[in-house]
Amino acid sequence: MKNDSVKKVVATGIGAALFFVLARFVAIPSGIPNTNITFQYAIQAVFAVLYGPVVGCLSGFIGHVLCDMSWGGVWWSWAFATAVYGLVVGLFAKKINVKDGYFAKKEISTFVLANLLANAVAWLLIAPVGDIVIYKEDAKLVFTQGLVAGLGDFLFAVVLGGLLLFGYSKTVAKTGSLDKE
Amino acid sequence: MATKVLNYIPKESFIHGLSGTTKLIIFLTFSVLCGLSFDTRVLLFLLLLSFIGFSLSNIRLSEIRLMSTFLIIFLVMNFILLFLFNPEYGPELYGSRTVLFHLFGRYDVTMEQMFYQFNVSLKYVIGFPIAILFISTTNPSEFASSLSQIGVPYRISYSVSLALRYIPDIQQDYHEIAQSQEARGVALGKDVKFFERLKNSAKILLPLVLTSLNRIDDISNSMQLRSFGKHKKRTWFTKKKMTAADYSVIAFCIILFVVGMIITNQGGNNLYNPFVR
Repeated sequence: MKNDSVKKVVATGIGAALFFVLARFVAIPSGIPNTNITFQYAIQAVFAVLYGPVVGCLSGFIGHVLCDMSWGGVWWSWAFATAVYGLVVGLFAKKINVKDGYFAKKEISTFVLANLLANAVAWLLIAPVGDIVIYKEDAKLVFTQGLVAGLGDFLFAVVLGGLLLFGYSKTVAKTGSLDKE
Repeated sequence: MATKVLNYIPKESFIHGLSGTTKLIIFLTFSVLCGLSFDTRVLLFLLLLSFIGFSLSNIRLSEIRLMSTFLIIFLVMNFILLFLFNPEYGPELYGSRTVLFHLFGRYDVTMEQMFYQFNVSLKYVIGFPIAILFISTTNPSEFASSLSQIGVPYRISYSVSLALRYIPDIQQDYHEIAQSQEARGVALGKDVKFFERLKNSAKILLPLVLTSLNRIDDISNSMQLRSFGKHKKRTWFTKKKMTAADYSVIAFCIILFVVGMIITNQGGNNLYNPFVR
């Protein structure tokens, strides 16, 4: 077994723990009533970019389900939406070369695009359709909720996740950064 | 910041004595059945069962007071929200409209809407004792072995186990980083402007991510040194032997699920409709 796959197992676990802690304990008021700045999706996006779709998907799903359980009831349709969100962002991981120390225009625009797509699929498709099928909720209500949640998560994931990836890229030595004298 | 959430309460009881695998099967049966069914009779029966299970576990109400308070607040808010958003959804769903009394504007209180909201609330209430039961009677380290026993690949089970192990550590990390950044003047309070607050959050999150990445390297190195993933299967220290009680509870769950699904799908869809004869 290659080192890479052990690392993915660990990254999934630690990513899930981070997701749990941020979702469960950290609530920074955003200024809009009843809406908090959510950190967990930014972290999930960062993990998806660094470790790929499988880690992005599972770390979010495990973190989400554990967090829901600690409140006393799992909301499966939203847990699946979280999983799909990480999966979709992770699919773009190969195009975002942050491990080589690059997070410039091309990487940033790919990251924004990945998040736009992932949030749209997760919160405008998976979560509301799941709510309608599983919980027989009112379609108008769940699409409104999905739109609000999707916009918020998109904003926070892009801004915070972007800042984090940028900060991370500064800690890595760029490939080909040595010059021959 | 609360310290313990996924709170295992070790005790002697019938439920504690069951293997983690059995409890996981109970949890999943209830979750799935409660998710798929909108049949009031099935839901009421599940509610009864979950309260029986809860009383068998010797967990006292005072030990879960905080969670119960949140559940009640959530239920009330959700009830009001559902009604305000669309008071005509119930009648639409059940295909009849029985007005109890008029409230104001477009808001009529109808039997159908109240019945629909009653069912939705029921779904939340059922999940609650079962989830509490599961987390407070299952040893966290047994959780991973149970997952792998019901067929989840052991790498994923191991991830879950790592997550449970490192939640307190990461909580501690976050706390320390937030405090030391605050000491340096990074504020997150209400008097800070929104974008400033967002930028300051990143100043706390970045050290958290970087320490976590180091941690991932450390753990995966030591796991690799111990040949993690060499074999196709692995054994678990905390695995409990299945007893006759386990097998009978699992059999009961299967019967419950099948019968529940049959009753639910009787009328062609998963609704129990007392309004149309």
